[in-house]
Amino acid sequence: MGKTLVEKIWDAHVVKSQEGFPDILYIDTHLIHEVTSPQAFDGLRKRGIPVFRPNQTVATADHNVPTLNQHLPIQEELSRYQVDMLTKNTKEFGVELYGLGHPYQGIVHVIGPELGITQPGKTMVCGDSHTSTHGAFGAIAFGIGTSQVEQVFATQCLLLQKPKTMKIEVNGELAKGVGAKDIVLYIISKTTAAGGTGYFVEFAGSAIRSLSMEGRMTVCNMSIEMGARGGLIAPDQTTFDYVQGREFAPKGEAWDKAVDYWKTLYSDEDAQFDAVLQFDAADIQPMITYGTNPGMGIGISDAIPATAAQPESEQPSYEKALNYMGFQDNQKLIGHPVDYVFIGSCTNSRIEDLRTVASFVKGKKKADNVEVWIVPGSKQVEAQAKEEGIDKIFEEAGFILREPGCSACLGMNEDKIPAGKYCISTSNRNFEGRQGPNARTMLASPLTAAAAAVAGKIVDVREVV
Amino acid sequence: MKKFEKLVSRVVPLPIENIDTDQIIPARFLKATTREGFGNNLFRDWRYDSNDQPKADFVMNDPTYSGKILVAGKNFGCGSSREHAAWAIEDYGFNVVISSFFADIFKGNALNNGVLPITVPDDFLEKIFAAVFADPTNELTVDLETQTVTINATGDSFEFEINPYKKSCLINGYDDIDYILSQKELIEDFEQTRPFSFYK
Repeated sequence: MGKTLVEKIWDAHVVKSQEGFPDILYIDTHLIHEVTSPQAFDGLRKRGIPVFRPNQTVATADHNVPTLNQHLPIQEELSRYQVDMLTKNTKEFGVELYGLGHPYQGIVHVIGPELGITQPGKTMVCGDSHTSTHGAFGAIAFGIGTSQVEQVFATQCLLLQKPKTMKIEVNGELAKGVGAKDIVLYIISKTTAAGGTGYFVEFAGSAIRSLSMEGRMTVCNMSIEMGARGGLIAPDQTTFDYVQGREFAPKGEAWDKAVDYWKTLYSDEDAQFDAVLQFDAADIQPMITYGTNPGMGIGISDAIPATAAQPESEQPSYEKALNYMGFQDNQKLIGHPVDYVFIGSCTNSRIEDLRTVASFVKGKKKADNVEVWIVPGSKQVEAQAKEEGIDKIFEEAGFILREPGCSACLGMNEDKIPAGKYCISTSNRNFEGRQGPNARTMLASPLTAAAAAVAGKIVDVREVV
Repeated sequence: MKKFEKLVSRVVPLPIENIDTDQIIPARFLKATTREGFGNNLFRDWRYDSNDQPKADFVMNDPTYSGKILVAGKNFGCGSSREHAAWAIEDYGFNVVISSFFADIFKGNALNNGVLPITVPDDFLEKIFAAVFADPTNELTVDLETQTVTINATGDSFEFEINPYKKSCLINGYDDIDYILSQKELIEDFEQTRPFSFYK
């Protein structure tokens, strides 16, 4: 019997497999950041051991950094201390750091791909659930806890149960105004926020294949939001073209050998998945969330489902979510006023996202009632945007291009949405308080967010593009 | 890691689905660089209002309910991979979390910190909620050795699953790193045999 893509990569990395024990899985690349690493470095110190393979470890500061005036010392004391600890720890243990001020600094899941660190066939981990992003290249990539960060530091391995595999196919052509973010929000609205738990999900089908690498990253990024350990897409020419020539991509003869190997990375015809789901791209509208988990999403022109239509045991939680958001059963969201627009995060902060926003807002002005924060995913994205004049387009529209970081996706720095305010966000989570205590988050695509910035309310982008 | 021993305890009921790790420990409390003290901010925004005053209607502020066992609705621990969520639960004093469904990363993090996540069927979860809402002094018995959780008042019992390796780690207080470090030679041998040497 053939193997799935996940099985091929997994099996190539098993150091030891023993009945009754989890597998020992070798990790090619370990990405770290300031928030989930300090306790792991402490653990190494307590055990008196080094980072086993520092050359396979890359660090950046992203979660806790300001997005304005990054050349100045971080004002918030605890944040500054945590970022300083990362500098100290990486120096002590010999790990490369792309910290504040470095031209490669940025959100960890943006810099990995853009530097060519992310490659097909790799195993990659990071103490961050959105590590699933890197799966877009045909890698096994997933988020881990800090105890596991310490395991990888110590041994370059993890103890893991082999996951189940799910295939999600999306076939057909996407409608105008519908993109990668809408695809994944649509899928999660169908699977629920728990529907992928225990699985690695392989995304396939013509609609997925037609996406750029950046679109594929958006889809894989949010696979964790259906509970999946990770998502991935078999590499193809689009993938190879993206990786080729990047800083840490293989060069010369090594490149040819790599591509030969990468071309073997696909699920065999007769491979067995534990679950298969199929969707039609034509059914997908621009999407928006109305609740407090990413599974609570609807097509932009649909009404919020009624509480009574939910399973009885889930009605109290459903009602709690609508109350939190200030929404009612059967309400439609088009025309609903918006207070904040956040365009950024590891889901949607890449150059294509900024281009999408820029081409929509060019020659328009933001609405007076809206505050707009645009946060690039990395210094390289920021530089590219400036080179293309995107920052000027934003300025003319009434907002600025900030500096890179996780920012208002999780509100660890000062970029917090005030209590009770509505924010259209291109990020990945609409949990209660995620963007600030009592903030109300509606997840959507960069295009829907840009249209809301101009209109000051929720609009159906199919009517304005 | 502490050894996990047989536990008889009252429970704190939280019948809410999809409790994510941002609720368990909001991101603004992740700035610490040590593992200690997260219990104070466990469920921070549900427990306290914006003036840091306890919210009377939240179960953890209700003296009627106490104990070392947290019982919650399905898909507990979804969202961020932050191990701080498991640290907060452990630091607050919970040794067991019971739900009808756990998010993967949380489950692993809990096990790595001596907190036992127990998955029970929906109807058994309902029975626990019914028992504790009928009488908050009702206790559960959690026996890891026999892999059972029992509602003492009714005698209803469920045999839960756990990976045998993880079970022995909890019972003996071992962690994964101790085990993998003992396999170092094997790892170095594996590195020599990797066919795809272009990965660094």
